[in-house]
Formats: sequence, structure tokens, C-alpha cells
Amino acid sequence: MTDAPILESRDLTIRFGGHAAVDGVSCAFSRGTLTAIVGPNGAGKTTYFNLISGQLPATAGQVLLAGEDITRLPAPRRARLGVGRAFQLTNLFPNLSVFENVRLAAQARAGAGLSLFRRADRLTDLADKAMACLERVALAGRREALAATLPHGDQRKLEVAIMLALEPRIFMFDEPTAGMSVDEVPVILDLIRRIKAEGDKTILLVEHKMDVVRSLADRIVVLHNGRLVADGEPAAVIASKVVQEAYLGVAASDG
Amino acid sequence: MIDRLLSGDLPRGRVLSFLVLAVVLALALAPILFPGQRNLDVAARICVFIVLVASYDLLLGYTGIVSFAHTMFFGIGAYGVAIASVRLGTGWDALAIGLIAALSLSAALALAIGLFSLRVRAIFFAMVTLAVASAFQILASQLSWLTGGEDGLTFRIPAVLTPGFRLSEEPILGVMITGRTLLYWGVFLVSASLFLVMLRMVNAPFGRVLQAIRENDFRAEALGYRTVVYRTSASVLSALIATLAGAMMALWLRYNGPATTLSFSIMVDILLMVVIGGMGSLYGAILGATLFILAQNYLQDLMKQAAAATQGVPLLPELLHPDRWLLWLGVLFVLSVYFFPSGIVGRLRGVER
Ligand SMILES: Nc1ncnc2c1ncn2[C@@H]1O[C@H](COP(=O)(O)OP(=O)(O)OP(=O)(O)O)[C@@H](O)[C@H]1O
Ligand SMILES: [Mg+2]
Repeated sequence: MTDAPILESRDLTIRFGGHAAVDGVSCAFSRGTLTAIVGPNGAGKTTYFNLISGQLPATAGQVLLAGEDITRLPAPRRARLGVGRAFQLTNLFPNLSVFENVRLAAQARAGAGLSLFRRADRLTDLADKAMACLERVALAGRREALAATLPHGDQRKLEVAIMLALEPRIFMFDEPTAGMSVDEVPVILDLIRRIKAEGDKTILLVEHKMDVVRSLADRIVVLHNGRLVADGEPAAVIASKVVQEAYLGVAASDG
Repeated sequence: MIDRLLSGDLPRGRVLSFLVLAVVLALALAPILFPGQRNLDVAARICVFIVLVASYDLLLGYTGIVSFAHTMFFGIGAYGVAIASVRLGTGWDALAIGLIAALSLSAALALAIGLFSLRVRAIFFAMVTLAVASAFQILASQLSWLTGGEDGLTFRIPAVLTPGFRLSEEPILGVMITGRTLLYWGVFLVSASLFLVMLRMVNAPFGRVLQAIRENDFRAEALGYRTVVYRTSASVLSALIATLAGAMMALWLRYNGPATTLSFSIMVDILLMVVIGGMGSLYGAILGATLFILAQNYLQDLMKQAAAATQGVPLLPELLHPDRWLLWLGVLFVLSVYFFPSGIVGRLRGVER
């Protein structure tokens, strides 16, 4: 693969007051790869994601999407350019139905939001797509429920279904299986595997469970105190001393 | 057919459907069912306020925007028609020119307020609308050469719409169809159409995005929706519809002044009607406006009778004195909010679910 990276961060930095939550992170992601981003709590993983998808403005550095500088673009623009995001802290439309949550994403993807006088319920292609996404996360049965009434695990699935409906080029999963019951986790992992198998989708995955990371990732990036401290093949990174110290020790102690 | 007209968004629930249908039929047939100048006045006012309240709900209930400038747009519509009729002479062309000017002014103001302040926090937007609306109200009463100041403007409208005009010399169905009756039906039809247009908007992709923004604007942005664009469009549309409502009000009264369309107390009335009817459902506007305006107009009569009936009982006649009607309206309001926090519509839908 000699293509230019689909996504790249260059010296990406954000400071909150004096504290640099992400500190000069340079990292390139090639199309079709799955990169796991690991690091202890507070390492800056979610903040790094926020800088890439535009929820936070960078203090310094750049974000490039397919070679284009998107550092100054607002979040909606980045979403429309194909940067998809599933949030760590579930972030839904609480009083809308499960179906409507996903349909809104499909509608955003289709760029149909500004149409004033067509009936949304007559746009069957959007509805079909939303249903297909719900089926992929095994949530089709709860389509009428209000998002707020779902149990935690289902809310996490819905979060993922919303990202699917956006059909992004970059999938950013932030601890997608956190808080899920044991039998729910495989649904999400299978799904990630299948997205990866499509071949042209680029996946960034923040995940604490090392066995998951080992089985899915092509590459592991380790963040610690906002800095990139290791980057490479999963086996090599997991074995390296710096990771054992910076991350695995901490991760082991918090369970 | 009905499904198409209502954009697939039926009232849902038997009681609610019945109430909505009853109000709509009563309003449609008001000149026949409730003859008399005063009754027709009340009916016309209900029609206009349903539109006004529904357009406010577009902002408050659907998009989650708190604005205090809604009466400003209502007033612009009313002044547009009134000023044009006074200045250009009575006629359809004056009405059209006044209306177009008013719509343009409203659109420009709503756009400016929206672009200037909808990017920032909701409370800031609310304060800006409050400031602009107050300034506008002061301006309207100061520019008395144009607006008639506190006295307002009385004007004439085309003769076919006046009480003097008779459709036929004979009563039809026992009712004398005058220009006034025609004007009423005009107001009813325009109001009904505007309501249906709004119903379509909230069930269109656009309206769905508004609800998404109300629910979680951060997430809406992450999906790719530019919330500023949607919020601003919603406030412009809502302002335009309020302007049309204002024009109808002035046309009906053949008068406009600060107290009829611009005053802050009307803003409060609108808020009450939205909340009593139920936010986030346009049908709430129908029930809220109807109930409120009926109470506003007939509660005093009812109280007068009650006060007379309780003559001799200590304290009661005093409490039931017609001048206390506002107090009782307040009590009604507090009770309804307490018992139906989601409004009448929310309550009726909730029960049958
Ligand atoms: N908006 C903010 N304002 C101030 N500090 C912030 C903000 N967002 C994040 N931080 C800080 O940045 C640091 C990194 O937080 P972040 O959420 O990115 O960690 P994380 O690696 O995702 O951790 P976890 O594994 O717990 O999810 C933390 O110290 C956090 O307190
Ligand atoms: Mg995190």
C-alpha cells in the first residue's frame, strides 16, 4: 500500500488551561486498516478523537483527511466528508424513537435535511437503510422504543447503528463494548470485523480489552499523558516495555 | 385523504381526535352555529391565535428555542396591513403591498437575530429577542406619525369584507351572509391552510432535524447538520407565519395598536397557550388557544353569574367578582401545568398509550 494516508494528524495538540490533553500527536492511518488506540484512563484518547472529528478545536497541529487540511472545519462539515463517530458516553436523541435516531443519520448522509415539504415518512429508502443498520446491531426489534428507555447495552448498539447509517469513510469507535453484557459484545465485534472485511473502510478503535485489541487490530497506538508513546504491530507493541509500564500495568490494576 | 392533508401526523388518541375535530368543526361553522358579533369575534381570534401559537411552538416545542420576539412579528404583520391601508388608501393592492413589506421586514429581522445570536447559548438568544422586541415596541409607539402611537390606526378594508356588504338579500340557511361572514371564512381558511403547512413542515425531513436539535444539538452536529442554519431557518419561517397571523388580526379588527398585537402581555398569553395545549405537538396549539381565548372571553360572564348566585355568602362573591378573572385564569394555569406537565395533548396521548 503506497497510497497517501486517508487520515493523518500532525503534531496535534490541545491544551485546557496549562494541561495538554493531547500533546503533539503525529500519526497516519492508511485506508482499509484497523488501528487500536490504547492508553490508561485520562490518556487523551477521547480527546484525540474529538480533535479528529471536530468536537474540539486544536490548539496546534493539523488534521488531514485524504491529504486535505480539515483542522479548521466545523464538526458537521467533517461528518459530511466521511468522518464517523460513535461516542464513548452515549450521545443519542433521548426522546426520539430508536428508529428515528438512525433515520436521522441516514437523512443526514443523504443530505435531505433541508427539504421542507416532503414527508419524511415517505422517504422509504432512508427508512430501509435505517432498518438495515438496526438489524446489523440486532436492535430492529426495539425500533419503536424511545432511545432514553433502552438499557445501557442497547444504547451502545444504537450509538453504533447511528454511525453505520452515516456510511462514513472513517469509523471511530470509542470503547464500543464498555458496559455491555458478555453476550452483547460479540455482536459489536463481529460488526467491526465485517466493516473491516469490506476492505476500504478505515477504523479507529479505542478499547481497553487487550484480547479484543489483539484479535482485531492491524496496529496499536499507545497514548499516555496525551503523548504517543508507542506505535506498531500488535504483538510487538504489547510486548514492549514502555507499554507494559505505561499502560498494561495500569489497565491490569483497574480491572 | 385525511392522512395526506395531515401529513401522516394524526392527533392520535380518541379523545384528542374528537376534541380537535370538534374545535375545527365549530370554527368552520361558527357563523351558523354561534351567530352574533361577539361570538364571531371570539372565533376569529381563536383562528388567528391557533396559527400564532402553532408558529411559536415550531420554535419552542419543536426546536427548543426560547424567543420573546414572537409578538414583534405578529405586530409587524398587523402594522404592515394597517399602515399600508391608511397611507395608500383602502384596497386590495394596499393590503398586498403592506403584507409583502411586513413579510420582508420580519424575514430580515428574524434572519439578523438568528445569525447574530443563535450560534451562542440559548439564554443569550432569549435575551436578545427580549431586547429587540422591547425596542420595537417603544419604536412603534414613538413613531406616532406612522403608527398612530398608543392610539393605533383604524383603517378601512375592501367593501366586500365589511358588514355592510350582503352576499344576497335573503338569509342563507337562516344566516345573513355579510362581508363580515366572508372575511371570517377567509380568516378560517387561511388559518387552516397555514396550520396544515406547518404540520407538513414538522413532518418533513426539515422538521425532524429541528426535533433532533431540540433533543441533542451536539449530536445533530456530529451527524453533519449545521444547527445554525436549521435554527435560523426555523425562526425565519416562524416569524413569517406570525406576520401572516398579525395581518389577519388587523384585517379582522380593522384596527391595530400596540396593545392588540405588540404588547408583552400577548407574548405571555402565547406562552401560556403553548404550555397548556402541550409543547411539541401542533395540535396543542389548537386546544391551548381555544381554551385560553374562550376563558379570556367568557370566564368573566361565568363569574358574574356565579358572583350573583352567591350573593350573601361571605367572601365568595368577592372572589368571584369578574375583575378577578385573571386571578382564576392564573389558578387554572398553575393547576393545568401541575397536573398536565406535558400539556393537554401530552396528557391525552399518554393516557391511551
Ligand atoms: N473539555 C475538557 N476540558 C478540560 N479538560 C478536559 C476536557 N476534555 C478532556 N479533558 C481532560 O483531558 C484528559 C484526557 O481525557 P480523555 O477523556 O481524552 O481521556 P481518555 O483517554 O479518553 O480516558 P478514558 O479511558 O477514561 O475514556 C483528562 O485529564 C481530562 O480531564
Ligand atoms: Mg475516553
